[in-house]
Amino acid sequence: MPRLSDLPLSLRATLKLYRWRRLGNRAWARLARPLGECRVAICSTAGMVEPGQPPYDSSVKGGDFSYRVIDGETAVASLIDSHRSAAYDHAGIERDANLAFPLDRLRELAAAGRIGSVAPRHLSFMGSITAPNRLLRRSAPEAAALLVADQVDIVLLVPV
Amino acid sequence: MLEERGIVTCSITALPEITAKVAPPRTLAVPYPLGYPLGAPGDPGLQSRIIEAALTLCEGEPATEPVAFVA
Repeated sequence: MPRLSDLPLSLRATLKLYRWRRLGNRAWARLARPLGECRVAICSTAGMVEPGQPPYDSSVKGGDFSYRVIDGETAVASLIDSHRSAAYDHAGIERDANLAFPLDRLRELAAAGRIGSVAPRHLSFMGSITAPNRLLRRSAPEAAALLVADQVDIVLLVPV
Repeated sequence: MLEERGIVTCSITALPEITAKVAPPRTLAVPYPLGYPLGAPGDPGLQSRIIEAALTLCEGEPATEPVAFVA
């Protein structure tokens, strides 16, 4: 398991000094049906885009707070890593995007009846957002509403 | 954002020390480098086991303590 002490000093300092927003103890959700009937979506911060979608923009001050909808039918091999962060190794994701956007695995689980279905729409964000207010006020509620409309039961959050 | 709309979530994280600062309701801590949240490229078996572990957490009660994934 990577520990903070293993990371480069500059990244460690950023992570240590950053004012993290704590979610705290809220009224958390519970599954309303058995897993075998649940619809599952992915929400990843690996900055993946579909062919033809605009890449994320690393020059946005405070971080690019936009998001992309990844179609549930999209071929995983066609996804493009547009996250420019040097804080992590991109080689694995470039070889197999399932590493951060495991649509193929969800399809297998649905085919095996372990989950009910793969959601029709999934969410891609770019991480490294240091000023999250626009994300919290604009992008995130909008993106969450898409999943509610699609009657999603479970979201796997995959930060990188 | 999702949980208050009735959607159950599980975070798959390689840096539980940082995820703990945010304190989401379900955290699966994976022993892999940053950039490798589902273990290894081209290893569908391992990727599936990690997802299975995350789904199992979704079936259970929320807890702010991370649960370690053991390969």
